[in-house]
Amino acid sequence: MSAPAVTAPPSRQAGQTIRRRAHWHRPNPWRHPWFLEGFTWLYLIWSLVPIALAVLFSFNNGKSQAVWQGFSWRWYFSDPVNSVLHDPVLHESVVQTLRLSVYTTVIAVPLGVAFALGINRWRGVTASSFNFVMIVSFVIPELIFGVAMFFTFTALFSFVHLGTLAETLGLVTWNVSWPAIIVQARLVTLGRQYEEAAADLGATEWQTMRRVMLPLLAPAIFASAVLVFSSVIDDFVIVDLLNSNAANTPMSVLIYSNQHGGNGGPALNALGTIMLGMSFVVASIGYLGYRWMTRGERLDNRHALAAITGAE
Amino acid sequence: MALRGLARRAPQRDNHRWFWALLAAPGILWLALLFIVPFYVVLAIAAGGLNQLFGTPIAEYNPLHWTTGNLSTAWRDIAGPTAYVGPILERTVLFTALAAALCLLIGYPVAYFVARFAGRRKGLMLVLLIAPFWISYMMRMLAWVDLLQTNGYVNSALTFLHLAGHPVNWLSGQPVTVVLGLVYGYIPYLVLVLYAGLDRIDPALIEAGRDLGLGRVRTFFRVTLPLSKQPIMTGLLITVLPMLGDYFTNQLMSGATNTSMIGNVIDQQLSTPLFQGEGAVFSIFLLLILAVPMIYYVAATNRTSREAV
Repeated sequence: MSAPAVTAPPSRQAGQTIRRRAHWHRPNPWRHPWFLEGFTWLYLIWSLVPIALAVLFSFNNGKSQAVWQGFSWRWYFSDPVNSVLHDPVLHESVVQTLRLSVYTTVIAVPLGVAFALGINRWRGVTASSFNFVMIVSFVIPELIFGVAMFFTFTALFSFVHLGTLAETLGLVTWNVSWPAIIVQARLVTLGRQYEEAAADLGATEWQTMRRVMLPLLAPAIFASAVLVFSSVIDDFVIVDLLNSNAANTPMSVLIYSNQHGGNGGPALNALGTIMLGMSFVVASIGYLGYRWMTRGERLDNRHALAAITGAE
Repeated sequence: MALRGLARRAPQRDNHRWFWALLAAPGILWLALLFIVPFYVVLAIAAGGLNQLFGTPIAEYNPLHWTTGNLSTAWRDIAGPTAYVGPILERTVLFTALAAALCLLIGYPVAYFVARFAGRRKGLMLVLLIAPFWISYMMRMLAWVDLLQTNGYVNSALTFLHLAGHPVNWLSGQPVTVVLGLVYGYIPYLVLVLYAGLDRIDPALIEAGRDLGLGRVRTFFRVTLPLSKQPIMTGLLITVLPMLGDYFTNQLMSGATNTSMIGNVIDQQLSTPLFQGEGAVFSIFLLLILAVPMIYYVAATNRTSREAV
């Protein structure tokens, strides 16, 4: 390009073009990512709408799980033979799920809390190795654990027959890590100053535990109880391998064994919906209870949500 | 661990050690009897013999009398001329890898959006992301079994859009159904782990990248992605570990032998006493393969929690 052309009018034009092109390349760098937002909503729809439809089909006035034939309560209680209320197998599975949840929570939570307190304060090789064992029990794939439980109750401790007792023992072992991990995390956040203050004021270990530590740990213990209860409702593999007959088969196993290989009928959707309802009730109690217990701490909603999901 | 414990312990606490030991004792006893011993039982069954009369496995607890009968049966089924487990192992790896990759491809953008841009809707979106955790796995699978039936809504939609001439039989032996079932089943875990990791990234770092002249895409690749390496690894582990031991998704979504995975083999062998010994071998085999990622996962979570404190 020759020198006079630089000062000539076209250069202004060129500058404008460049500016316009730059603008075209970079619109607003902080603009809202609409595409990502759309994708996220699609994901949420994909993850939740099928379940809403499955709930809908539990109210189907027909035998199909795929074609809507009108609304009815028949699969819950109206049908005198095949409804959840009247079919003894379906009925018993609801009771069994609740029974296992209660048994497991009642045993696993005190066991795990005591374990967490003891392991956390009693430092030593035994303590840290069993803490490691507990964490392994938390991450091990459920099938491998279930197989080990199955052989234990059929070959070694065969006096524990497959059934409710075996299921409870397996579920407690599988779930004891919830309270153990959550309480330990809370202990780390609390620090030792409360205990030391109590000890300085002359409290014995047991008094400190009962009057100081347990009240401080109450929200964590409560959150872990909620988690254990709901994870037993949803549990499948352990109870699938350790049940022995219709009297000790919980809902998840019944859905599985009746559905695979064909149309299990909307009564199974009704069972699934009952499970969903139970989990929802437990989650709500957990959320509200946790907020109430931590009301002095000014935590936000998200914290309570994380606590009862075990994601804290 | 032990040394650090000794250094930190206040001297007067020594007298009370028994108190803490007593508190931990029931849990320790429980884990010893019902977690450690059971794995020894699996080993004893795997290395034990067979009751010829009843066709039931005999556990052999003395290592000096261990036999390799079940091991060689298992090996014959994996690599011998009549091997049927070999192809199943290959399929397990393939299905799991595909499903995990899809989980990441779908889950990352979602977690990224909710962690960084959700704004006022963050609370709502988080509740919706967490909702699947509170819904039973079986119910979630049942939902898809309903939709995928021959006269279900998926086929109606496909026929309506002229994407399929006749209804597809999705629920018997379709690999694509099994892989998508696995994705649907385990993606919520991945999304939540990714969300937690991405939410922890300091926005100032991303803004600095942008202020220094990087475009949106390059900031992502130079700043955000390297910072999310750890959550990606943990998230993938948390989906891959259960997928490898999954047999129910497969059974509900297909139930055919041409889509079987290693979990199905173990589950089936457990239900026939004659094959239980071999099932024990396979479950030890699976445990050994998964031990490495499991230990990695435990170490990684320990590290993050120590950093958080």
